[in-house]
Amino acid sequence: MARETPAGDLRLADLTKRFGVFTAVDNLSLTIEQGSFFALLGASGCGKTTTLRMIAGLEEPTSGQVLLGDRDIARLRPYKRPVNTVFQSYALFPHLDIFENVAFGLRRRGIRSVDDEVTRMLSLVQLDGYGNRRPAQLSGGQQQRVALARALINRPQVLLLDEPLGALDLKLRRQMQIELKRIQTEVGITFVHVTHDQEEAMTMADTVAVMNAGRIEQLGAPADIYEFPATAFVANFLGQSNLLAGEATGASGGDVAVTAHGTRLSVPAGRARADHGPVHLGVRPEKLILVGSADQVPAGHQHVTGVVTDASYVGVSTQYLLRTGWGTELSVFAANSGTSTPVAVGSEAVAYWDPRHAFLLPRDAADTDRTSPVLDEPVGASS
Amino acid sequence: MTLLAPTRAGHPPPAPPAARSGRRRLLPYLLLLPGAAWLLIFFGVPLLQLAAASLYDPSGSLSTGYAMTWAVSNYPDVLQAYWPQFLRSFGYAGLALVLALLLGYPLAYAIAQKAGRWKNLLLVCVVAPMFTSFLVRTLAWKTILSDNGALVGLLRDVHLLAPDGRLLATPFAVVLGLTYNFLPFLVLPLYASLERLDPRLLEAATDLYASPVQAFRRVTLPLSMPGLVAGTLLFFIPASGDYINAELLGTPNEYMIGNVIDSAFLVRLDYPQGAALSFLLMAAILAVVFGYLRRAGTEEVL
Amino acid sequence: MRVSRWLADRWVMIVALLVLGYLALPILVVAALSFNRPSSRLSYDFNEFTLDNWRQPCATSDMCDAVVRSVQIGFIATVVATVLGTLMAFALVRHRFRGRSGINVLIFLPMATPELVMGTSLLALFVSAGVPQGFWTIVIAHVMFCVSFVVVTVKARLAGMDRRLEEAAMDLYANEWQTFRRITLPLVLPGIVAAALLAFSLSFDDFIITNFNAGTTVTFPMYVWGAAQRGIPPQVNVIGTAMFAVALLLVGLSSLRGRRARRAALLAGPS
Repeated sequence: MARETPAGDLRLADLTKRFGVFTAVDNLSLTIEQGSFFALLGASGCGKTTTLRMIAGLEEPTSGQVLLGDRDIARLRPYKRPVNTVFQSYALFPHLDIFENVAFGLRRRGIRSVDDEVTRMLSLVQLDGYGNRRPAQLSGGQQQRVALARALINRPQVLLLDEPLGALDLKLRRQMQIELKRIQTEVGITFVHVTHDQEEAMTMADTVAVMNAGRIEQLGAPADIYEFPATAFVANFLGQSNLLAGEATGASGGDVAVTAHGTRLSVPAGRARADHGPVHLGVRPEKLILVGSADQVPAGHQHVTGVVTDASYVGVSTQYLLRTGWGTELSVFAANSGTSTPVAVGSEAVAYWDPRHAFLLPRDAADTDRTSPVLDEPVGASS
Repeated sequence: MTLLAPTRAGHPPPAPPAARSGRRRLLPYLLLLPGAAWLLIFFGVPLLQLAAASLYDPSGSLSTGYAMTWAVSNYPDVLQAYWPQFLRSFGYAGLALVLALLLGYPLAYAIAQKAGRWKNLLLVCVVAPMFTSFLVRTLAWKTILSDNGALVGLLRDVHLLAPDGRLLATPFAVVLGLTYNFLPFLVLPLYASLERLDPRLLEAATDLYASPVQAFRRVTLPLSMPGLVAGTLLFFIPASGDYINAELLGTPNEYMIGNVIDSAFLVRLDYPQGAALSFLLMAAILAVVFGYLRRAGTEEVL
Repeated sequence: MRVSRWLADRWVMIVALLVLGYLALPILVVAALSFNRPSSRLSYDFNEFTLDNWRQPCATSDMCDAVVRSVQIGFIATVVATVLGTLMAFALVRHRFRGRSGINVLIFLPMATPELVMGTSLLALFVSAGVPQGFWTIVIAHVMFCVSFVVVTVKARLAGMDRRLEEAAMDLYANEWQTFRRITLPLVLPGIVAAALLAFSLSFDDFIITNFNAGTTVTFPMYVWGAAQRGIPPQVNVIGTAMFAVALLLVGLSSLRGRRARRAALLAGPS
């Protein structure tokens, strides 16, 4: 993980926070590169906001370090840190106008002439001319921009965003996602973004860390995590996966052989996180292709047979449920590209996939098939 | 509402007959009449009567009757005779106010922002003194500040007080009593304001490089202003008109304007003088209040 | 470092607790003095422990007469002020009418006027009108200064009430009177009760206005005031402590009821 110039990197080292007996953040270590757009993704209560608040200085860690470059800032008061936050509720000062809200940080550091800076900042967030309004006179999206400007104007080394788009409606949220990304590229400051919205995290961040129960389950580029999740939790939190319980019987010739529900399957060794013992074989629903009979399956592909129990037309695709012989219902997303014919509910069908699209995860022996998404936010709620 | 809308639409549109709408228009006045009349007759009219009494011929008496002579000179006369008591009233009340702010602000802040689940219990503790008689509590201070009491003994032992020094019957005792008696009136509105203060605003302020002192000055204080103004007035108005503390905890040397008015009406039976003093007190308080409100810039508290 | 940080985080709470101690001290002293056998009539110091004062609270009978009179006055003044004030609050919250701001001023002024001024002006009125002062002039005065507080308290409760509940009742075939009786009144009742309690405590404890309008009638505060010159019987502290205990009990019971109601609501399911 160590790079050659760690001067501005944010590093969390063995960071732990306990509230009484409850461990909110459990021995967390990670490095966030300078200038990157980093997203902490997790369900509510997973410890992501606590982590953010420890970086901001609003919460004191039980143990561990928060390093900015080589300096441990974990026990500095928030107003002594080169870190600023865009709060979830924006926390705009209701008694100050927009100008003074944005100028607040500069003034606290004794900077006298703030006019140019504030004007420049307001225009960066496209709020020129709003300086003498009160926060209550702005819409949610505008308040969000003010909160961003108020933090950015201080040129922090790290900008923290605590679910900043949560209060906005869908369309505005999409717009602000693009906007935030643009601004981040423009100012080049490290952004650490906390969210429970997987799409938001994937849209904006260079690097995503998926958190669960105070720990990081997986860290990487959005595409890498999506295509090759590290755990069953990630596989179903980030998008949806069909995980079939099976037994791996070892690698041979670049492939790992798996027996699942009496069917012999295989996965390339490069996409296997375990090569023997209990495993989950995972395939994303959109990687499954539904056909009427086994002889339509192309060579080199693998398949399972079942009965279609449900078909939901959602415009861009049709989402099928395929009940296999052993009772598990697999999700299949058929893109509405006009090339495939609809399959009727109740008819027998075959789902096939390219083994290079499957992945293999270690599994608790007691664990069975898993096909439903993690029930927090409906997956792809904003799609 | 969405549930209600369709069902309501099923009803015929309300078209009250003319007679009923007339009665409806009268209803608020009927509801207001008894209370408003009571206030007018027993609050408004007496003020006029007091104003009239303050202009009576000062040479009259209760037994011979008073003549209305528009004796405006009553005002300069009482002012000349009793200006020290006037000054003392506002001086003591002002000192007590400063003390009360120093004690009351942290208290209100702690209850509003730091008390968590103890909030209600602590609030009850603030109001609790008012559960028992004002006079009995003030008399308890006589015991606490007594020359033979533990407090005076301690202060004498550590030489903060001369061996024959006293607490009771001093200006200190009167100011302490005033502070004590009216502190809850300051704390409660202040608490109400501070309770509405979003703690995330303070987090935002510290995140934006405000030290605790700056965060207080720039965020907490301005946002608690309505409560601060209301509490200050609720404290200052009764404190400057009070004479119980001066009577019970002080000596005639500590008498405030209230003591003079009390004796003018009930001992000397000099109504014109008493009335003029009462009116001056009210005028002075109004002047202080409006001057203060203008400076505080929050007329909307009223 | 650790200690100073700890202090920096908690000094507000520490100061607050000290101030609460300052507020509580006289009450503790009153309670202690209620068990005191004073060395002389004019002594305020604790002398000797005794239960006599509690056994014979009415040893000085004129004090108990004064307490009874204060309760009577408080009761009548509370009933009248609560009725008048509640009617006004309904008019102010539920109706639009001309002269609203004038009425608001009329309600606000008595709360902002020094008691001394209200007391002396009523005295001036009663004397010039030739009304003999006594029990009923005290009641009149007490109703006058309690009404405003009742209006403010009931108004707050009414304003916080969801209008849609009444609309729903009317939608479900309740006429205006039934709506008032079944929905509005039960919902506003806690506010009215609070206002009545406030009015009673204001009336019971009032000294300044009463002092100017009592004639020869003696209420409890008047008795204490007079006794302060002649020497306080220790039973005064018994009354003071008992008042405190009763008020505390009432608060405790109501908060217990509130908590039970909340818990029941919680058990009944998400709202």
